[in-house]
Amino acid sequence: MTDVEEVFRAEYGRVVAGLVRRFGDIDIAEEALADALVIALQRWPRDGVPPNPAAWLTRVAGNKAIDRLRREKVRDDKYAEAAMLTDDTPAEPTGPVTDDRLRLIFTCCHPALASENRIALTLRLLGGLTVAEIAHAFLVPETTMAQRITRAKAKIKQARIPYRVPMGDDLPNRMAGVLAVLYLIFNEGYLSTTAASVREDLCTEAIRLTRQLREASVALGPPMDQTQPEVLGLLALMLLLDARRPARVRDGLLVTLPDQDRSAWNSDQIEEGHALVRQCLALNRPGPYQIQAAINAVHTDAPDASAVDWSQVVALYDQLAALTPSPIVALNRAVAVAELDGPQVALAIVDDLDLGSYHAFHATRADLLRRLGRYDEAREAYGQAIALTENEAERAWLASRQASCG
Amino acid sequence: MPQYMLSVVEDGTQAFDKMPKEELQQIMADVDAFSDTVREAGKWVFAGGLEPIEASTVVDGRGESPVITDGPFSESKEYLGGFWIISAADLDEALDWAARGSKACAAKVEVRPFDEATG
Repeated sequence: MTDVEEVFRAEYGRVVAGLVRRFGDIDIAEEALADALVIALQRWPRDGVPPNPAAWLTRVAGNKAIDRLRREKVRDDKYAEAAMLTDDTPAEPTGPVTDDRLRLIFTCCHPALASENRIALTLRLLGGLTVAEIAHAFLVPETTMAQRITRAKAKIKQARIPYRVPMGDDLPNRMAGVLAVLYLIFNEGYLSTTAASVREDLCTEAIRLTRQLREASVALGPPMDQTQPEVLGLLALMLLLDARRPARVRDGLLVTLPDQDRSAWNSDQIEEGHALVRQCLALNRPGPYQIQAAINAVHTDAPDASAVDWSQVVALYDQLAALTPSPIVALNRAVAVAELDGPQVALAIVDDLDLGSYHAFHATRADLLRRLGRYDEAREAYGQAIALTENEAERAWLASRQASCG
Repeated sequence: MPQYMLSVVEDGTQAFDKMPKEELQQIMADVDAFSDTVREAGKWVFAGGLEPIEASTVVDGRGESPVITDGPFSESKEYLGGFWIISAADLDEALDWAARGSKACAAKVEVRPFDEATG
């Protein structure tokens, strides 16, 4: 990526969000910003990047949008009017300044849009990724991704999905929806079924977007500040997972947490993640992302695998299960219980779970059976896990484990 | 102001004919109360409940003489039971009304914007 492209991507969400607010239309905002990029690509390499690139892009794109609107007004007055998005947000001269990116992310992650469309729109509009990049990352043809984004934008326009931060009772739910989209983007990269580096970029992108969300929402008063701890929790969770990414795969094989080379972990990310977890603890409004971040902080806090405080991990999973009971939480808790109370106790928990179609269920069962010396059953469980796993590194690792049983 | 159609989706799970009379009366009272709230808020455009799907007839007038057939136009298990047409500032407001309407009529509600160019 060239310098200009890098600056452009970093500023894309902020600039496009401001243009959407000013012109009331996503397509106009995007086209105008694309026009501004063409000019930036000509001028910046020659004259240098301006001191405030976002302001430069906003000004140039704004002029381009006005030109375009003038031309369209002549052509079709009524159409231009119908194309306007609703924005009934009153001007707030005294209140905190709402970051336009915040409005935009709530529009992109609106529950009336299909989940895959929320992801695509968020990466396109807030992340500034090109349609080709998003298509490549999600392993779909570019035309498919282009259609998906076009359809989602059409629905925003036709159904009048509002361009504003939701109010009151809606806010916690809608914020949870935004965080879910960001975590899905992260996991798409983190749990990617191929080792292509472009998918790892999704992790970086998800972290960048979550930082944007933190930045955009931090200036708001209540009730936005009530949702802030989970934003911090998600950022911490992503950082602590991403920090371990360099150690997760070795020679095409998945390396599980206890066997990872801890010196390969990203210490800056871990430090930042730990600081965020401490900040969350001080805010004392626990939520699912914060607790998952805390669990990961216990792991990354231990100097080696034998030093992990498993009673702490189990206690955190208990808290998570109380907040969001699910068989997957119970499965992860069982893994920690195995370390604390032994594989026999953990196996009794796992066998009660109705997760037969989930590969991690069989992989966990297989590992517990192996540790109990029940090799025939372990081999069979590894086989079931392999059949349900698409990730190559994980399959290879499961197969090596299966071969070791006997 | 934009208008939205809130369609009541009958999916056969309600079985109104087998429902105790009191329960049915409660739903009708709730629907009336909801409609009143829509009117009081100044959002009311039009509404109607429909007779059972067995009462419908399909006409195809595209040929030389109209072809008339008994029954609904599709074999879908879900069909339109009734509707409200409301005005709302945006989708969030329409969704909020739809949630209340859905609770009142004890059925799912589909929210669909009117094409303003034809309005």
